[in-house]
Amino acid sequence: MPHDGHHDHHDHEGSELSPLALRVKALESLLVEKGYVDPAALDVMIDTYETKIGPRNGARVVAKAWCDPGFAEWLKTDATAAIASLGYMGRQGEHMVALFNSPSTHNMVVCTLCSCYPWPVLGLPPVWYKAMPYRSRAVIEPREVLSEFGVTLPEGKQVSVWDSTAEIRYLVIPERPPGSEALSEEQLAGLVTRDSMIGTGFPKAPA
Amino acid sequence: MGGFTGFGPVISEPDEPVFHHGWEPRAFAMVLGMSMTGSWNIDTARRWREQLPAPTYWGSSYYEMRHYALIDQMIALGLITAEEEASGHMAQPPKPPRRVPSAAMIPGILGSGGPSTRPSNLPQGFAAGDKVRTRNIQPAGHTRLPRYARGRAGGIVAVHGTHVFPDSSAHGLGDDPQWLYTVRFTARELWSKDTGDAVCIDLWEPYLEALA
Repeated sequence: MPHDGHHDHHDHEGSELSPLALRVKALESLLVEKGYVDPAALDVMIDTYETKIGPRNGARVVAKAWCDPGFAEWLKTDATAAIASLGYMGRQGEHMVALFNSPSTHNMVVCTLCSCYPWPVLGLPPVWYKAMPYRSRAVIEPREVLSEFGVTLPEGKQVSVWDSTAEIRYLVIPERPPGSEALSEEQLAGLVTRDSMIGTGFPKAPA
Repeated sequence: MGGFTGFGPVISEPDEPVFHHGWEPRAFAMVLGMSMTGSWNIDTARRWREQLPAPTYWGSSYYEMRHYALIDQMIALGLITAEEEASGHMAQPPKPPRRVPSAAMIPGILGSGGPSTRPSNLPQGFAAGDKVRTRNIQPAGHTRLPRYARGRAGGIVAVHGTHVFPDSSAHGLGDDPQWLYTVRFTARELWSKDTGDAVCIDLWEPYLEALA
């Protein structure tokens, strides 16, 4: 089995690259030599998720939902189309659902089976989202998990956890923070954190 | 994974970078790039990850785990050999994939994605508000019915149309589109907890039976 080798201590003293880094590099050389991938295409993929697609996209969706009731309604009935109208669409966001937090319900998103995440609006998931503690515990003890993010919910607020088992991808629309009435849509977007759109945080308070 | 405890606290890194090591973006892009060659579908790739030996799956970081699964999958398909993987050099002629996207094609491919909806003539078995119970099934291969939600009663909260059925698609048995629903389960039903909380799970019709 090819993955059995990764604990071996190969003779790489003096090399700056770890055995795993060397192994990744070797596979890329092989795939390029075989003509299976174009390294320039790989560069574009990396650049897309490092610099173009990230949680600022989702923040603009949320801010617009706070300012424009018609857009919020569209998000509730067809989130994929509403989000695509802002230019955010495609891989891992083909079937979007927006979850609106309310005074009675707090929504929180997980993928217990792998690491499904709405890439077009949030980018690639953070390490904790893909790691075992969150994937295992979010469904059985969501309030304990939230407390580790410093989130405490008011008495009587119910938690709905959404396990992304299919190709439906979820975006949490947090409640608009109090005191933000005078802010522009762009200023509001600046309050929206990544975690508030996963459901493990709240938007920032207005300055 | 759902329902396990014992992995410790969730540790969030402030101002986390997209990638942590130089090899991670290359490994990420190879998995993504190979997925665009038409050699397999997303469900098959997930099955290969789940087929990794448990210590590898549980003990590796995300990009590391995906890299090992990619290697296994390419060897199984005859795209590469274990010896080539170890040496990093071609020893067997390539097996040309269906397509190899150029850099210019990537924005379009990422922007259109791969919807999982497929037409089907199957009748819709359930509607929003219906009470259902998940089947207590233990498939040998890939499935998307989490272990913690087998044999549990819940209510349909959304109907999503007909989608590729991973239990079929992951095993090379075709799309076999099935009705997809979101089913809401109370914390009382899943965990015997009276917190008032709930878990909503996306489930295909073959996982469900009507609850009288």
